[in-house]
Amino acid sequence: MTNNGVVIDDTFAEAFGMRATRLVITAASAAWARHAAVAMTGYATSVIGCGCEAGIERELEGEATPDGRPGVSVLVFAISREELAKQVERRVGQCVLTSPTSAAYSGLDGDERIDLGRKLRYFGDGFQTSKLLGARRYWRIPVMDGEFVCEETAGVARAIGGGNLLIVADGVAQALAACEAAIAAMRDVGGVIMPFPGGVVRAGSKIGSKYAALPASTNDAFCPTLAGITKTALDPAARAVLEIVIDGLTEDAVRSAMREGIAAICAIGAPGGVRRITAGNYGGKLGKFHFPLREIAE
Amino acid sequence: MSNARPTEGAGEPLTLALQRVPRERVDMSPVTPSALAHASARDVPGIELRAGNRRVRVGEIFDVSGEDTAHVAIRNSCDRLDRLGAGMRFGRMAIHGDTGTHAGAAMAGGVLEIHGNAGAFAASGMAEGFMHLSGNAGDFLGAAIAGDAAGMRGGTVVVDGSAGDRVGDRMRRGMVLIGGDVADCCAARMIAGTIVVRGRAGRRTGVAMRRGTLLVTRVPALPATFADGGPPPRTFLRLLQRHLRNAGGPLAPFAQMTDDIRRFVGDRAYGGLGEILVAQ
Repeated sequence: MTNNGVVIDDTFAEAFGMRATRLVITAASAAWARHAAVAMTGYATSVIGCGCEAGIERELEGEATPDGRPGVSVLVFAISREELAKQVERRVGQCVLTSPTSAAYSGLDGDERIDLGRKLRYFGDGFQTSKLLGARRYWRIPVMDGEFVCEETAGVARAIGGGNLLIVADGVAQALAACEAAIAAMRDVGGVIMPFPGGVVRAGSKIGSKYAALPASTNDAFCPTLAGITKTALDPAARAVLEIVIDGLTEDAVRSAMREGIAAICAIGAPGGVRRITAGNYGGKLGKFHFPLREIAE
Repeated sequence: MSNARPTEGAGEPLTLALQRVPRERVDMSPVTPSALAHASARDVPGIELRAGNRRVRVGEIFDVSGEDTAHVAIRNSCDRLDRLGAGMRFGRMAIHGDTGTHAGAAMAGGVLEIHGNAGAFAASGMAEGFMHLSGNAGDFLGAAIAGDAAGMRGGTVVVDGSAGDRVGDRMRRGMVLIGGDVADCCAARMIAGTIVVRGRAGRRTGVAMRRGTLLVTRVPALPATFADGGPPPRTFLRLLQRHLRNAGGPLAPFAQMTDDIRRFVGDRAYGGLGEILVAQ
């Protein structure tokens, strides 16, 4: 299958089940909401070393937030509910509670919950107060600029991590341009984040390593410098490969993001130096969710 | 707002029209949608009610019509009918006229509408549900029933008119919204929850208050044991405002708030962290 000179491989992206939450962070201005959100989603590219994968889903106008102030919605993905709870508590406690004028709310409904303000409230040293409005309980924690308002719990969803696209191009500049276009398009899809820096990862990995201690190592089949000396997945003209990893709240969200990404990459196409789109999988043995590229691209 | 259970045998609301003002006070708590859950409308005239030191049957003092027991209407109600809607867990009750004491007391769900005035102890000990009173409330609205450690424990009460003394006395949770004024000792001994008074409060407001929030337009003087509470909690007030606006109906007018609010904390004589927000 070819689109604008870009070969779309007959393969699928293999993704895994994860647990995720959506938090809505508000502040006196969009800029301060963003400061808090950027800090709390920092160092959260991969569960392998960061404990969670997190990113900004979208910016929200005042009308769309619980307290009517500008805000940012953030998605956090982890391998289990317990790990998610641990990461959310630490990150909100260190990065949102501390950020001027901020407040934090749950952005997901549902019965499965993790603590949000329930433990953070103890920062109030006994001066904290709680408020129940409808079915939602909020904690008001006195801080030096007034009060940090934080919902008691946040909803948890069964989610999907590890959706991906591999973009093969004539050079790094061409691969980067294609990825930037893809990420710009994918950011308009709700319910997904691309957790790597700028949404793009250059260090794709395979499972295992020659070193027994390492669970993952460089994906040599896609390294252009190793094409001559290893069992490569690249043809000789390919000079650079970049990957976009997608975590989503639902299969549909991941699928939509992949579709938007593929379309944006193909719009640049062969004239822009993009040769091929493929995806990372483990032969279908490890991940429950399969995203076939050709079916999605159609 | 409604947690009225979907009606099974839908039809005309079960309607009890009072024939004449009874000589004794009548306990109406056996006639609520939840108390009648396992009864049919035909059984209703035979239900015994306590009236002073004797018992009367519903059919002796009311004309009964309609068959939908999940929706009960009381017509020609008067202040001799106590405990209307008391203990109801689901369904909808509409009272046309005044009520005696303890209307909606210990309610645990459902919707109670009173098109008239309510006597003392309305919504006392309420745990859940929604009560809307178009007239005025007596003393001890949402307060503790004698002997109880806590008053209202949840739910929402809207009073379009004014209320008497000790609104929310020992209130533990939930929300009381009053369109008019309140008399003395509003939020006294309050444990938690939220009271909004669009009008004025009387003397000794917040006395012995432990926690909770009272938002009021004007108070003559707070007890000296209330301390300056610094800047108003704007984020919380925005949440409250949105909650009221989204709930709509009789709650919507309470979403109108001024930005010019002073905050007081107390009652410090009791180690309290209650908050009184006074709109200027």
